[in-house]
Amino acid sequence: MLELSRDQAGALIKHAEEESPNECCGLLAGRNGRVERVYPGTNVDHSPYTYLMDPKEQLAAFKEMEAGGLDLVGIYHSHTHTAAYPSRTDVAKAFYPDALYVIVSLARRDAPDIRAFRVADGQIREESVIVR
Amino acid sequence: MAIVYIPTPLRQATGGRSKLTASGRTVKELLDGLERIYPGIRQQLCDETGEVRSFINVFVNGTEIRQLEGLLTPVQDADEVSIIPAMAGGLDEDNGGMREPGSGIRVRPDVATDP
Repeated sequence: MLELSRDQAGALIKHAEEESPNECCGLLAGRNGRVERVYPGTNVDHSPYTYLMDPKEQLAAFKEMEAGGLDLVGIYHSHTHTAAYPSRTDVAKAFYPDALYVIVSLARRDAPDIRAFRVADGQIREESVIVR
Repeated sequence: MAIVYIPTPLRQATGGRSKLTASGRTVKELLDGLERIYPGIRQQLCDETGEVRSFINVFVNGTEIRQLEGLLTPVQDADEVSIIPAMAGGLDEDNGGMREPGSGIRVRPDVATDP
């Protein structure tokens, strides 16, 4: 389960819209599936089709999370024209089986979608997203 | 001894430990040392040729070793070595996305909301 505040969900969608047509990416830190901090990242691919979060930003975020006692709850990125469902490439490059892969879809601009998936050993399992 | 930060996906190999100390004059020696204590960890970090896998970033004091001297980057006492798997993904070349089982590609009209 992924639990986001309305502001956090809004921040993810805003980030996706700002980066569009390129994919955005970032980290979600918190505890037990509940997000406490959003770390928007730089997609160093600057691409509408792929993302690679700036490894230096990743390192900085991890250090801050470690110091603050927060876990990596999720890794988010956007799909600007397709559904919020992991692609085969997303699955192949999912190196964090303990984190939720969160996808923000802008396929319907009037109704952006946020979904969360556990991706481990090539298997995709959807988890619920709660915004409160 | 250098301090080595181990990310969550690799902690299975280290018995759950997130920070280790390891000795070695270079990153390569340090990884060799880790492999002796935690057999199998090198295979997760390096390919058959011994190079660091493309999706793994190794930082020494905040600089990625590919911008330094790679595996031969010198490591000194109290240096901080961080091992970070990439966060990456992308659309597939053929259909631009994977079909969701059962229903084809689905776009849900709204995000689940808890009143």
